[in-house]
This record gives sequence, structure tokens and C-alpha cells, in this order.
Amino acid sequence: MLDPNIKYLKFKTFLHTYCPHCKNTLNIEKEDKKLIHFKATYHGEMIDLMLSPYLDVFEVETSIAMRKGDRVDDFFCPHCKKSLLHKGIHCAECGSPVGEVTISALSRLITFFLCTKYGCEWHGLSKRDERNIKLKIPRQDMPEQDQTLRVHNFQEVPYGYTSELALLEAGRCLQCKTPHCVDGCPVNVDIPAFISLVAEERFNEAAKKIKERNVFPAICGRVCPQESQCESSCVLGEKDKPVAIGRLERFVADYERKMDLVEVPIIKGNTGMNIAIIGSGPGGLTVASDMRQLGYNITVYEALHETGGVLTYGIPEFRLPKAIVQFEINYLKEMGVRVELNHVIGTILTIDELLEHFDAVYVGVGAGLPRFMNVEGESMGNIFSANEYLTRMNLMKAYKFPEYDTPKPKGNKVVVVGGGNVAMDCARTAIRTGASEVTVVYRRSRHELPARAEEVHHGEEEGIRFKLLSNPLRYIGTDNNTVKAVECIRMELGEPDASGRRRPIPVKDSDFVVECDLAIVAIGTGPNPIIFQSTPDMERNKWGYIKVNPKTNETTKEFVYAGGDIVTGSATVIEAMGAGRIAARAMHEKLSGKKKAKNRTRVTAKN
Amino acid sequence: MAKGTIIRQDILAPKIAVKVRPGQFVIVRVNETGERIPLTVADKDAFSGIITLIFQVVGKTTALMRSLNEGDFLKDVVGPLGKPADVNKVGTVLMTGGGTGVAILHHIAKAFKEAGNYVIGITGARTRDMLILENEMEYICDELVITTDDGTYGEMGFVTDPLKKYLDERYDIKLVYAIGPIIMMKNVVNLTGKYDVPTMVSLNPIMIDGTGMCGGCRVKIDNETKFCCVDGPDFDGFKVDFEELMKRNSLYLQDEKDSLLFSIR
Repeated sequence: MLDPNIKYLKFKTFLHTYCPHCKNTLNIEKEDKKLIHFKATYHGEMIDLMLSPYLDVFEVETSIAMRKGDRVDDFFCPHCKKSLLHKGIHCAECGSPVGEVTISALSRLITFFLCTKYGCEWHGLSKRDERNIKLKIPRQDMPEQDQTLRVHNFQEVPYGYTSELALLEAGRCLQCKTPHCVDGCPVNVDIPAFISLVAEERFNEAAKKIKERNVFPAICGRVCPQESQCESSCVLGEKDKPVAIGRLERFVADYERKMDLVEVPIIKGNTGMNIAIIGSGPGGLTVASDMRQLGYNITVYEALHETGGVLTYGIPEFRLPKAIVQFEINYLKEMGVRVELNHVIGTILTIDELLEHFDAVYVGVGAGLPRFMNVEGESMGNIFSANEYLTRMNLMKAYKFPEYDTPKPKGNKVVVVGGGNVAMDCARTAIRTGASEVTVVYRRSRHELPARAEEVHHGEEEGIRFKLLSNPLRYIGTDNNTVKAVECIRMELGEPDASGRRRPIPVKDSDFVVECDLAIVAIGTGPNPIIFQSTPDMERNKWGYIKVNPKTNETTKEFVYAGGDIVTGSATVIEAMGAGRIAARAMHEKLSGKKKAKNRTRVTAKN
Repeated sequence: MAKGTIIRQDILAPKIAVKVRPGQFVIVRVNETGERIPLTVADKDAFSGIITLIFQVVGKTTALMRSLNEGDFLKDVVGPLGKPADVNKVGTVLMTGGGTGVAILHHIAKAFKEAGNYVIGITGARTRDMLILENEMEYICDELVITTDDGTYGEMGFVTDPLKKYLDERYDIKLVYAIGPIIMMKNVVNLTGKYDVPTMVSLNPIMIDGTGMCGGCRVKIDNETKFCCVDGPDFDGFKVDFEELMKRNSLYLQDEKDSLLFSIR
């Protein structure tokens, strides 16, 4: 993991500097203080210029006072009196000419530049040198639980970075001036800024930096598909592996939490307006956090007996420890967010009833209705929807049966249909609950697997087999109406379809049978009908999800907003958060307008 | 009630009591390690905020509920869930219920009576001790027939016997409601099918969340997969695949025993 050949300059590295011409050292000691000494011309006068010899420490002493922003005309070596000014390169910060010195670092001599502008904090390497040095650090892996051990427990698999590994990884970031990673993030976290804080060992500030845009970094660092979002647009990825943004995010968030540095913001000012949020999943919680910070009173309604939505019932403990989810929710509660459990909106209260009391409503109920393939034999007893399987295991803790009362679906040979994260979660849960053979059946090829690369990798390590380019035709049952095998057909990829992925086509007469005693269908979910049954005036789009204005996420019903899976269909945690953020902003704009209008009418009434 | 195996509990749940309509159910979790079980609401009192649950002690959760005393709390009660029964004035309706199915039948029958229908009730039980809500049904129904399998009370036999008699004698029965064990509902549907009388049944499949999320309660209705908790629990009896429902419901019998044994140990 730790590469002994790593070439990397650490923060505050002592710089041994030399004149590039006469190779004499520029380092001096003056009154027990180490300094770099130059001669320079300033307004035609020769002055002494002393710099701090530590990387990233900007202390400058001059023999005559200079004003901030002034430039020295030229640098000279005090020994050979030759000009050190470099013609070709300019300061990356302010564009001023730069002086060139040679430093010995990484056991070789490297060209290093210093800006001529007084007060400018740029010094460093040319972009080319920088790349050459930094690219040599490999992407750092997270230490993780041994694979033979972890298939017997539900503890988290990766342990997360140590601070040393985080520093190394953060050092790989090129700090691009126009960072593409930020555009790749659905909530536009200022990624270079937080990584540079990590590189400076300011982990707590780095966590705060992320939290400016993303409320739940500990969760996102674990469950975001970074390889298709921020990390996919990292420049380093062109030649090497991208910066492990997700792992760094996880590291700083864990650091902040474990070191007890989380601060609950004091909510200033109360708008006196009330917001109801339906669903305590990632989207709903984001809206709750954003709107609470703007001074609204928030009530979150959750249908189940635990908060967190998919984070609690869907994602297993070994991928996202529930203690983290509960920590984040407690944080919201401390901010003053009210949570009402066991409230199924649509039956106990309708949206119209909510609107009588609340100024706006956010619908973040997710797409909870599991899909089935409607093939022969699918209703057999031990064929589960992924939702049911995971709900039993995660929410009801069936893997601790009989300590917990909910029975555990037992399977020795398990088949999971589907290739998304949910399918991986099911397969890996099955392995952990004693299955000897788990097969994932997916109709496209490995390249199209929608699951996070890391989950597929972990799954394979744990012994999960993949039957790619295969699709179930029917389930073969025993006399007791339990499944004993799945008949599948091989597929090949044809032309790309509307989603841009190549359409799988069945290959004739290529049927084969996979034996199993438990099958899990993880092929996605549809919209849950409860919310629509009681709100007929909320329009739906052609797929049956809620129709919203994409700029504001407002539904066709005024003051009712929606986002997440109930609008887009099955997507990711961070996309739901992004949708929540858009809705919160629009909601705030609209409600502050409403408040002003209200005040105005009141004034006119007085007159 | 019924010597300790069928229990009636009145629960203070004001928000649910205001909203619950006949045919709807709640999901109950007794304690932190408990499972979620669906229980039908037998009655409600919106004014005092009370819902009445009637259940038979069959597994661990119901046994735990029995052990609760007056003033104790349930960990969670979610509801109302499911679509309410479609109650209209149709004329004469025949309500048949067996075992604890009478509990939900009572709630629906009450609504039909209030809607101005002539209500004929047939309630059955295995034996006299298992008979529930006799007084309440007597109060609601214009006619009431009681059967017991062993003849210890009322007529001896199954609910289908008096049902057949009614169907032979009366031509004005517009609707039959059958709620009870699956085998009873199946037999009722087989019978009413011959007379071509519309028949509604209320299903009770295995359920976890009760909000349409898990699909555990899926039933075949007219060869289409429906979720009992959001599309039901009341369905057109002629379209239900009872065979499949029976097989699905027997999936966890062994686990249920294991769980009880574990808690005894």
C-alpha cells in the first residue's frame, strides 16, 4: 500500500535551495533563524530579500519596506550575481514574472519558482514538473476487513483512510484551476478546496468545507458512485487513476465525527413558516437541513418505525453502518427538526391536510414499489423482492433471528437477478447469512453493470459468481411451491436503446438452469401508489412518477415540491440530495416572496 | 374473550381513530426486537381516539401483545393502511365471517348498515369458545346466523351451509362479503360463483412494511400481481388465486415455532 518510491513534497518541507547557475546554496542562518537569501532590485535599488525556507510558509523579510502588491524588478544570486528571473514561466496566481531556484528534494534537483510580487503566496513547480512529481503517488487503497473474515459478519468492510494515507492521497490532487470534478458532483461540492485543506492537515475545516454543499459527507463518501460522478471527470484519470475523492470525503467526515468536532449550527431568526417533509430518506433530510438553517420549522413524516429511508432499510450495515445514519439524524434533531415516525402520508394525513397547516410540502417518498419480471413461477414462496429481502435483513434485523422476531429468508444456493447496487447488497447479505453459493444473473455485460465498481470488486472477493449476459425465463419449483432452480437464457448485446446502453437480445436455444433455493429479484422499483391515491390533482409523468418543474422541483400542485426517486425513478442517494437542494432553494425563494406579499397586504390594510 | 386465545385490545391512537375506515388495518410492533404484524381494525371511536384490535394468539408477537396490561404501550402502531372497503347502499348484503375474520367483518358490516343496507350476518367459529363479537354483530345485523364446526353453539357446520340456504331462498342478495381463513373464503367464493353473486374477500398475506415497499404481500388477482397492502386488502373474490396465497402463507411456520421456542428458553 505505502509505496517506498513515493515522490511527494510534504507541507512545511524544509527547502534546500541553490542558485541554478553557480549551484551555491542560498540558505543562510541569521540569528538562529533559517532563511533563503536573495539579492533583488526594487525601484532600481539593490535590496536583500529573505524568505522562509519552509514550503507553504510565506514569511518575507526585506531590507527596505515594500508595499503589498509591489513587484521586485529582478532576483539575483548573492554569489554569482546572475539574474534568476525566468523568461518563460509566470506566476500561476497573479501572472507576474517568477524567479527560478533549484531545490534538492526527493533526492534530486528540481526547478522551483518564486513569484516576484510581494504578498503573492504562489511558489512552486511548473505545471509539468508538478505533474511529473505528483503522478508518481499511486491511488491509495483503504485498509479493509479480511475477506475470509468478513463473510461471517455484518461489520463494515473498508476501515477508511488513516491520516497518513489521506495526506498522500490528497497530495495527488493537481488543484486544477477549472476543476471538472465539481461539475461531476450533483451538489457541486468544492472538491479541490476540501482536498487542499486535507493536504494541509486541516481535516476538520475540510469537513466543514464539504458540509457547505453536502450535509451528509460520511454517508456520501460511502455510498456515492464516485467513479461515474466526481472521479470520472478528474484530470488525473486520463493517464492514471483519479483522486479517491470519495475516500477522502469519508475520511474527513469520520474524523470530524469521531473527534467530536461536529458543531450544531445555531439557527438565527425564525421565519415562522412551517415545512412538512414526507419521507426521511436522503432527499428529505437534505431539505430538512437546508430549510431549518434558513429558519423554517420542519416536521419530517416517516412511514416506517425508523428514520433514514433507503439508508436504513435498503443499504446494509456492512456498507453503511446504521450508527452513522442515526448520528446524522440526531444532528438534525438537535438543530430543531421534528420527526414523526409511523406516519404514512396519504392515509393518516393527506397532502391537502398538510397544506392547511404547513406553508410548503416536500415529497421525498422514494420509489418503493418493487418490480417483478412477471415470468412463470415468480410468486413462489422463497422468491423475494430485493426490497423485502433487504427490509427484513436491515430494518427488521432478521439476520439476528431469533433474537429479533422477524424470520430470516434462508438460502444455501441463492440467485440474485439484477446488476445494480441493490443486487450487490442482496448478494453480499446472502453470503453473510450462510449461503454457500451466490450467483448474480444480469442481462448485460460486465461493462454495463450499474453497481459501484467497489461493490462488484468486494462481492467478487467474497465469492459471488456472476452470470452475465443472462436473463431468467422461468422459475422451476418443488412440490411445496418453493423454488429449486431458475431457467435462464443467454443474451447478446444489440444496438443501443433509448438509455444509450446496448439492448440485450436473447440467443436462441441457449437455455441453461441455475439451481437455487432462494431467489431475489432486484430489477428496480416503481412509484408507490399511496401518495397518488389521496392526491389526484398532483400530475404524473409518462412513467407514472411525479411531474415537476426541473428548475424548482415544484409539482403541478402549488407549494408542493418533490424530488428523488419518486420523480426520477431509481437513482442514487446523492442525486436525491441534489434534488432536495434545488427544491429547498426554490421553496425559500417562493416562501420569502409570499411572506413579503403578506406583510405588504397587512400594511395596506392598516392604511 | 374466548378463554385467552382471542384477545381484544382497545388502543389509544387518536390520529388513526379519526382516519381509519372499515376494511383498513394497522401494523403493530410490540418492542424493539419485535416484528411488524398487520392487524385489522375491528372498531374505532373517533371521539375518544380509540381503535379496537382483535387478534388470535398464534405466534410470538401476538403472545407478547397478550402479556401487555392496561396502560402499557406498544412500540409502534402505523396506520391506517390499505384501501378502505367500498361501502355503498346496494340493498341486501350478506356478511360471512369465520374465526378472527369476524373482527374486520364487524367494522365493514357496521358501515354497510349505516349506509342503509339490509345486513344478513353469518359468523362461524371452530367451537363456542372461539366465537367473537356475538353481541356486536347481533346489534348490527338484521339477521344473524351463528355456526360452530363442532356444534357446541348455534348451528353445527360451516358458514357455507346457511349461506347456501340464503342464496337458495333469497334472490335479492346483491353482495357477499367473506372474511376469515383462506379455506373458508375459497369455499364461499366457490359457492357464490354458482349463484353469480358478487363476492368480496379480505386477504391476510404475509406482510412487513404494509406500505407497498416490500412486495411480500403479493397476491395473484386475475393473473396479475397485486400488492395486498396498497391495492387491497379487499379484492373481488372470483379473481383471487387462493391456492397460491395458501402456499405463500405457510412459508414461515417453522420459523414461527423457532422464535417462540427461543423466547421460552
